[in-house]
Amino acid sequence: MIALWIIIGIVVILIFVFVGIYNGLVRSRNQVKNAWAQIDVQLKRRHDLIPNLIETVKGYMKYERETLEAIIKARTLATQAASAGPAERGKVEGELSSALNRLLAVAEQYPNLKANETYTNLQEELASTENKISFSRQFYNDAVMGYNNQIQMFPSNVVASMGGFKQGEFFEVTVPEEKEVPKVQLT
Amino acid sequence: MGFVICGLAFISMWHQIQSNRTRSIFLVIGMGILLAAVGFGIGYYFGSGTAGLVIAMLIWAIMSLIGYFQGDSILLASARARKINPEDHPRLFNVVEEMKIASGLEKMPEVYIVDDPAMNAFATGRDPKKASVAVTSGALQNLNRDELQGVVGHEMAHVRNRDVLLMAMAAVLLGTIVMLSWYASRFMIFGGMGRTRRSTGGGAGAIIIIIVAIVLMILAPIFAQLIYFALSRRREYLADASSASYTRYPEGLASALEKIAASTEQLKSANQATAPMYIINPFRKQGMSAQNLTSTHPPIEDRIRILRAMGGASYTDYTKAYQQVLHTSKVFIPPSEAAAVGIVALRHAQPETAGKLDEVERTRETNNALWNAHNFRIVQCPCGTKLRLPPSYKKSEIKCPHCGRINPV
Repeated sequence: MIALWIIIGIVVILIFVFVGIYNGLVRSRNQVKNAWAQIDVQLKRRHDLIPNLIETVKGYMKYERETLEAIIKARTLATQAASAGPAERGKVEGELSSALNRLLAVAEQYPNLKANETYTNLQEELASTENKISFSRQFYNDAVMGYNNQIQMFPSNVVASMGGFKQGEFFEVTVPEEKEVPKVQLT
Repeated sequence: MGFVICGLAFISMWHQIQSNRTRSIFLVIGMGILLAAVGFGIGYYFGSGTAGLVIAMLIWAIMSLIGYFQGDSILLASARARKINPEDHPRLFNVVEEMKIASGLEKMPEVYIVDDPAMNAFATGRDPKKASVAVTSGALQNLNRDELQGVVGHEMAHVRNRDVLLMAMAAVLLGTIVMLSWYASRFMIFGGMGRTRRSTGGGAGAIIIIIVAIVLMILAPIFAQLIYFALSRRREYLADASSASYTRYPEGLASALEKIAASTEQLKSANQATAPMYIINPFRKQGMSAQNLTSTHPPIEDRIRILRAMGGASYTDYTKAYQQVLHTSKVFIPPSEAAAVGIVALRHAQPETAGKLDEVERTRETNNALWNAHNFRIVQCPCGTKLRLPPSYKKSEIKCPHCGRINPV
């Protein structure tokens, strides 16, 4: 009789533990989803800023056709990949980042452009959006790491495999040819 | 399995006891006991200890409610902070939003500017959903983007770690103790010995208790203040650590602290109770380095040295740097938080092509924000001069001081 009660007790405890771990996993998965939405907002914001930037810069940079076209192309690719997964988006957004960096570096040679108020405002917005992308990426990757740890570690890995929880994907913006972007020295 | 869970629960409880938060709660409880003693002492002097205790608790409860619901607006008003919109100061707004994203706060805090040449900042609000960040105009003029980010990150950490509420509640406790003891000691000393007190037994014993009560009235506010300051000091290191982990660039905060420490401006609109809310103690004396009982913040030099000794940006890195600089083995960050983030690399300084401003431009930017916040009107004179009119200017025209033209307002 006592043995039966002990078994029932253990089963009840196990159910509680299971429910607790399961809910924890759901919470982490939602956190990852939410963090991804934050990145999405910032990436969209950057896509929206680019037409303005091109419009402002065009008049000053007549001889930089290639640089401008590279940005427009990278932006089109990036907007097309808007619903893709983190790995795919990381790649196209990286292309866009490097095209933008090139433009900002070239713009340094146009003093008239640098004095344009619209341009300086846009520059602040772009710099800040760039920061927001990297901060939301940082937060997202931390959330993914916590979630993946839960999925891999005992005892939550048992619950995760039963509940069909899949590992999250990290988001890295891979900027190609980063070394060629001219760096301006700190003064 | 049950064993494993019990074991884990025990270990995490042990860590909790070691952690900062628990010690903070003990300090607040200590202040509560002090308040109870003061209330009981006053009550005993006037005839009934229990009645005094009840009245003290009632006053405290009312003040806590006011503090909880109105504390942030009272603090912002007393600091003479002005709320600004995104277009008033885009850089500050962007930096606050960046730190909001990095800290994972759900809601964007409100942004305020304090018109004061001293460099400082503070955060307020009862929970992470209703928070405000205020920065002085001096800080906006003198700090570059990375430094401002470090400072705002520090304030955001206070919001995120719920220090803001803890400190507000502690400030209410302190205020109640100070107020009660002040009135009671005036009564006891100038109101005449035992005039209002019924003769409850008398004798040597009663006199001793009365003397104890008077001594308590004098010492309680001092003790309460010391506890309050100790509480404040503990939260600062944690906020620095969080700021570094948000920005991944501890050098930003370190160099901001250095600039702030080097300036000699004193904040005009701070007082002893609001001092712990600021990023550095607004009443610090020049060259004061020793950590003493009456300072609200840890020595600024130590904070800078710890930030500069960090090898990465995680809590573990901060703890390591802290132990190395201060030669202790103290762990003050809950291991649960320290373990949450793995290896975290530092990032480089902001690329300077992006929105680099010099001091002149930053000053102009800040002044624009202040004028907007104060509802100044702008009249553009045909000669190119921009005239800014205060809201108190009621005349329908204004003479340009540059060219002498009369412009309609």
